Amino acid sequence: MNKPINYIAGAANPRQKQRERADTRFRLYGMTALALAMMFLVFFFIDIIGKAIPAFYQTEVHVTINYVEAAKTNYNKAIDHKLSHIVSRGWLRGLPQYLQAHPEMIGSSSEEWVAADSRVDQYIKQHDGHGLKSRYQKIVDEMSADGRVRQVFNSGFFTTGDSKLPEQAGIMAAAVGSVFTLLLTMLVAVPIGVMTAIYLEEFADDNTVTRAIEVNINNLAAIPSILYGLLGLAIFINFMGVPRSSALAGGLTLALMTLPIIIIATRASLRAVPETIREAAYGLGASSLQTVWHHVLPLAMPGILTGSIIGLAQAMGETAPLIIVGMMAYIPEPSSSILDATTVLPAQVYTWSTESMGGYAERTSAGILVLLTVLLSLNAVAVKLRNRSQQTW
Amino acid sequence: MKKKIILTAAMMLLAAGTAEARDQIKIVGSSTVYPFSSYTAEALGATTNFKTPVVESTGSGGGMKLFCAGNDLDTPDITNASRRMKAKEFSKCQKNGVKYITEMVVGYDGIAIAQSKEAAAIDLTRKELLLAVASKVPNKDESGLIDNPYHYWDEINAKMPHRKITIYGPPTSSGTRDAFEDMILKHNTKHWKVYNDAGFKKFHEIRQDGVYVPSGENDNLIVQKMTKDTTALGIFGYSYLAENADKIGAATIEGIAPAPVAVQNGSYKLSRSLYFYIKQSHIKKVPGMLEYANLFMSEQMIGDKGECAEIGLIPLPTAMRDEYRASLKSLKRLTADDFKKK
Repeated sequence: MNKPINYIAGAANPRQKQRERADTRFRLYGMTALALAMMFLVFFFIDIIGKAIPAFYQTEVHVTINYVEAAKTNYNKAIDHKLSHIVSRGWLRGLPQYLQAHPEMIGSSSEEWVAADSRVDQYIKQHDGHGLKSRYQKIVDEMSADGRVRQVFNSGFFTTGDSKLPEQAGIMAAAVGSVFTLLLTMLVAVPIGVMTAIYLEEFADDNTVTRAIEVNINNLAAIPSILYGLLGLAIFINFMGVPRSSALAGGLTLALMTLPIIIIATRASLRAVPETIREAAYGLGASSLQTVWHHVLPLAMPGILTGSIIGLAQAMGETAPLIIVGMMAYIPEPSSSILDATTVLPAQVYTWSTESMGGYAERTSAGILVLLTVLLSLNAVAVKLRNRSQQTW
Repeated sequence: MKKKIILTAAMMLLAAGTAEARDQIKIVGSSTVYPFSSYTAEALGATTNFKTPVVESTGSGGGMKLFCAGNDLDTPDITNASRRMKAKEFSKCQKNGVKYITEMVVGYDGIAIAQSKEAAAIDLTRKELLLAVASKVPNKDESGLIDNPYHYWDEINAKMPHRKITIYGPPTSSGTRDAFEDMILKHNTKHWKVYNDAGFKKFHEIRQDGVYVPSGENDNLIVQKMTKDTTALGIFGYSYLAENADKIGAATIEGIAPAPVAVQNGSYKLSRSLYFYIKQSHIKKVPGMLEYANLFMSEQMIGDKGECAEIGLIPLPTAMRDEYRASLKSLKRLTADDFKKK
């Protein structure tokens, strides 16, 4: 005869210890996974921030500028010739135009702090592979000893566009492009997506056709994003004649990509609104449209907003479809309309990461930091909106 | 619903408004010419009142395709190429109405066969390279072609070290790949009896058994792979070699190391010219095109001590620079005859 098992808790239960051990083990697994994830995240942030910080400082040198007549045609004449590899060429080549506009300056000279060449900048920051020749290193060392070298906050990083001279490269053009593109994506994807979801969830019959559409929308959300690029190229650029590389082409392409995400999120939040709300509205004689518009939609709003913002944040970090529509290019000037050629933040980060000069490496990290900041603030807005209009019943 | 209607209307309006004039030059094409082209573009934007041209790196072939698509203002004004326009591309251009094209050469680029700094020095001939990368090679007594059996360099030439053959190189879309196929494969197989007998006039098929690894348009990636795999060789543009001289070194080709002088006098065999093509029908519609071309061809950019030379371009001999400047001035038209020579 089997001994009856004592199910009452306590030491008498032979499996009690075993179960407790399994419990502890599971907790341990969970904690290890969490710790590992945290470690990766911390490592990533320390690495990126550590590399990005130098990008926010720009080396300047104190030099004498001679506004001579000859500088109108050859800007190298404005400074001591041995300094021509010390001072940023980007700054120097603006001189002829400046002199055209200010002829009264000709003949005068002044002592000024001007941006240093990227190699000098990297040398001062003691980065490997600065590429500064040893004879120029000597000059910089001397100037440094005289207090004629300083590091200042690199405001140019936020106010200029891309450049082939690392000391002049900034994030402005890409940021403007990202804003334009994202605005367009939002204007197109959110209304269409929300409308589609409302129709499918509240008005459409549940039949084979709508079910087929539903399956397809779910599948579309999982399609590799590069395919949307090809679709965008075929429809918007080749067929509709939208200019290549423009924010319009990019925004519409990303809208295609974001649509399924918004539709799915909206449908889920509409479904979460209790049936009783609808029944109450119908009971008071409201039409379907009134029920949805006055009662269901306001209650589903937080979920819709969260879904939309997360969809848009994803669109913002996307590059693959934008390569196909030509937004991965050298576009240094901020665009002034949605038809102008433009680039976006992640594309800019990629472009810099392929450049070999040291100055671009730190700008790559700084660009990632800017991108992350924007994405985190977008997500923060999503959380805030959700909390503000949260309904409980 | 109102929103949606307004939106649709707005979209249609925008689509209708795109065919207007453009005030910004659009440049596409080779990733090898891209650094020089975008540098010049920036200089144009910084020193004149013209907008900075947009430069997109699409590869030589991709650039030609866009450039030859037509005369619409949507199409690019200039395309860069790391090889000459092909006769096929020229006739496509003609067919699509792009009739007046001016050809410019800005300088040279050497193809470097590079390896990690830590690897032992290696000297290769073009024939050895062919035998290493071709999909079909002659058998022992040169009576027929067999699938490439070589996996170590000493199998090709007993004098070479017992070193595994791994070659990272550009994919088919790339101009560097075109140039490599021309200079290594076609150059050798054109007059090689075995290939001709087998029915190949210019054999240029690269093996696909994993020995040659196509590595994307991103040349930086190849540099990274070189530093990790010290037995491997990599194929890419000379300017990348110059910029990454601290990490990688070049193999000598038939005893000659890639250097500007060796490229100019022709003793380094793996070099090629860099081109750009101007669409003449756009010159009057898009401001700044000639200014851009003139700036690019100026001594300040492509001269012996020019700014492009500083970032890796190998300058043309002076006489050729003058020749191309003259044809820019007269906007010399590219004709079908230009492709008949050779």
